[in-house]
Amino acid sequence: MFVLLCFQSGPASLTTEDLSTNANGPKQASLFDDDPDDLFAEATEEVSLDSPDRDVLLSDGPSPAITPMTPPTSVITPRIGHAHDDMFTHSSFDEVEEDGGDSFDIHISVSDPEKTSMSLFKLREFSVRRRFSDFLGLHSKLASKYLHIGYIVPPAPEKSIVGMTKVKVGKEDQSSNEFVEKRRSALERYLMRTVKHPILLKDPDVLQFLESSELPRAVSTQALSSAGLLRMVNKAADAVNKMTIKMNESDAWFEEKQQHFENLDVQLRKLHASVESLVLHRKELSMNMASFAKSAAMLGNSEDHTALSRALSQLAEVEEKIDQLQQDQANADFYFLSELLGDYVRLITAVKGVFDQRMKTWQKWQDSQMMLQKKREAEAKLQFNNKPDKLQQAKDEIKELEMKVQQGERDFEQISKTIRKEVGRFEKERVKDFKSTVIQYLETLLQTQQQMIKYWEAFLPEAKAIS
Amino acid sequence: MLKATLKTKRLHSTQSVSDTPHLPQLSREVKFTVHTKTTLSSFQKPEFSVPRQHEDFIWLHDTLVETEDYAGLIIPPAPPKPDFEGPREKMHKLGEGEATMTKEEYTKMKQELEAEYLAVFKKTVQVHEIFLQRLSSHPILNKDRNFQIFLEYDQDLSVRRKNAKEMFGGFFKNMVKSADEVLISGVKEVDDFFEQEKTFLLDYYSKIKDSTAKAEKMTRSHKNIADDYIRISATLNSLSSDDSTANKKHLEKMSDLFEKLRKVEGRVASDQELKLTELLRYYMRDIQAAKDLLYRRARALADYENSNKALDKARLKSKDIPQAEEHQQQCLQKFDKLSESGKKELTSFKGRRVVAFRKNLIEMAELEIKHAKVRSSIQLYYICFIMCTNELQYAWGICKILCEQI
Repeated sequence: MFVLLCFQSGPASLTTEDLSTNANGPKQASLFDDDPDDLFAEATEEVSLDSPDRDVLLSDGPSPAITPMTPPTSVITPRIGHAHDDMFTHSSFDEVEEDGGDSFDIHISVSDPEKTSMSLFKLREFSVRRRFSDFLGLHSKLASKYLHIGYIVPPAPEKSIVGMTKVKVGKEDQSSNEFVEKRRSALERYLMRTVKHPILLKDPDVLQFLESSELPRAVSTQALSSAGLLRMVNKAADAVNKMTIKMNESDAWFEEKQQHFENLDVQLRKLHASVESLVLHRKELSMNMASFAKSAAMLGNSEDHTALSRALSQLAEVEEKIDQLQQDQANADFYFLSELLGDYVRLITAVKGVFDQRMKTWQKWQDSQMMLQKKREAEAKLQFNNKPDKLQQAKDEIKELEMKVQQGERDFEQISKTIRKEVGRFEKERVKDFKSTVIQYLETLLQTQQQMIKYWEAFLPEAKAIS
Repeated sequence: MLKATLKTKRLHSTQSVSDTPHLPQLSREVKFTVHTKTTLSSFQKPEFSVPRQHEDFIWLHDTLVETEDYAGLIIPPAPPKPDFEGPREKMHKLGEGEATMTKEEYTKMKQELEAEYLAVFKKTVQVHEIFLQRLSSHPILNKDRNFQIFLEYDQDLSVRRKNAKEMFGGFFKNMVKSADEVLISGVKEVDDFFEQEKTFLLDYYSKIKDSTAKAEKMTRSHKNIADDYIRISATLNSLSSDDSTANKKHLEKMSDLFEKLRKVEGRVASDQELKLTELLRYYMRDIQAAKDLLYRRARALADYENSNKALDKARLKSKDIPQAEEHQQQCLQKFDKLSESGKKELTSFKGRRVVAFRKNLIEMAELEIKHAKVRSSIQLYYICFIMCTNELQYAWGICKILCEQI
């Protein structure tokens, strides 16, 4: 069972349009101060490829190397299909511990409009097979590497033990198919978001995930494992800490943005709930129409007046066709609107997490400052009491702390800068994402209506023929 | 010529937002005005109006049913009590959820509530009016004395209505009726026409009852979707007011779109209800009235057969033969009369039914097409708008394609 869905990063014409503006210069509608080596200037939907020896992961100083003026760009389009689970027959021992048994095929096409020799990938089109737990493993690695320095790492789809068990048992029914499709679509969106991020794309873990044929099993992603429990404990501890940190916000931008994201969170959750209710009601409508159609058909059979009998049967058919339409529309409601909103609710949580990281960094800086202060006082006392041997030790410690304080300040500034860029990129992405989804959704609504018109217009002469 | 029309006054006009509509608690709070135009000399004036309540209609129906002379006629079914349960429930929910809604959302939901309330009024007026029109167009029933009183008597009718004894009598009548159902299946039918009609009506009744219930569920789902649209529209509105990016306009437009869609959805729901659900409901009741006619005839047949047996017994015993003969003659006459008028009634009933179905199905299909076209053009407009603000070329291409499709 291969289900292929093409998930482009945007209409083709848009790509060319943006590329041409790139040619004029890397400064494209960026809202913040740019360094000459600003990585984000041209990264809207394309991924800018720079020299692979650039180590951007852990540098906290000014970025090395110089961005070329017209950087080569490459569009990565991963497509995810669902592989049939005959993998189970092979890995019989591990089945018990396996919690993400579903396998997915990722077809990746790298398009490279400006031929470049500096390519991250060996091939243009290739595909790999990955398990659900691999995706989760990738996410946890990226989170541990990037979250604390301020990068918004896209959250991975959530686990569902119930759903998974059903699929594993091998039930080939409607709900387990839906579950698999939902998961597949969520994974595709997750991967697209990850590779759209210019920094994350270059991460070796991501590259390994995309390219290598065999991936080491991700062990720490099991829901009920010790690693899972540890994660939960850490999350709780974080939440408590957040409440106790009181930060003096000197930067109005951050305050405003935090408020903005709080509001957005609330509204999106509300909208998500309403859309879920809409999906439910439309499914109900579809069911009710189907049962009415059956009832009308039976009524038509009972009817002894021939023309009326035929009209009633036709009515039953129309209602049945429309019920199918409504069902499809409900699915569209779901996949376009509801899932998008769900994704963004989780993304906003990630964004808020990043703001929290900044607070933590600030806290660390403040802590080392306070320590320095104390040590200085201690040193003064020692000097007063004239204890030369201890004094030297104190002076050494002070030197260390001074460096720590400087480092803390640099960290804080770096994370603030990174967050500003990330938020800018995030907002741009959000706008684009919503717009393209809205258009797609409206098109489905329109198609549904067109079909309905056709069906009723076909019915009308039947009704008029009753005499 | 005799023509009766019906009007009703809404109990509370809601001009200001802060007022909540007063929903009737009891059916006697709904006041009808019956307006009659006639050329018949049996009436005092050619044109006149009287105030009536729902209970008055029920009284009229019951007196007609209990009149022996009309046993061979299909008595038009009594109009059901005005049912404000739906809007009442909604108002309750609205009151509960007021705290969590924005002012706009609350206003819109109140509008929906008003629309539903109005729809119930429309429905109830329609169904009471049809009752009167059936009576006025029936050659025998429109001459009924009680019907004239109903139309003409300008005082309150409650003194003439059922007292406790009569109500008990009504209950007894219902018990007898269920015994009739057993009777009707047991009696051997002599006439092919009636045999066919019996089979047909029994079967059709159960099917139409089922269809009515399913149609009601469909209408409910439509209404639920309209409510969801309101909430979505309101949240989109809040999002757009908070937003400062390029999304702002799109969100505003989406909010507008859902607002317009919910109005259409609401109208679809009420149209479907009036044309389809109400049609099915009415004919369900009408078929019950036809079945009642069959029961009465079956009872007359049973009486006739019993009188035959009594006559045979009398002949055997050589006692009371003349009374038995006369009784048998009476039963036969009654039975024949019922059969004759019954046949006429049932035939015209079929014609009436076919005409009504045709009219309503055509109207419903036309309305569905109209609504779908309205929805289409709304959606098309919004698609074009959202796309045209930026990528003109791309948008123009899509617009052209979609316009061609319509």
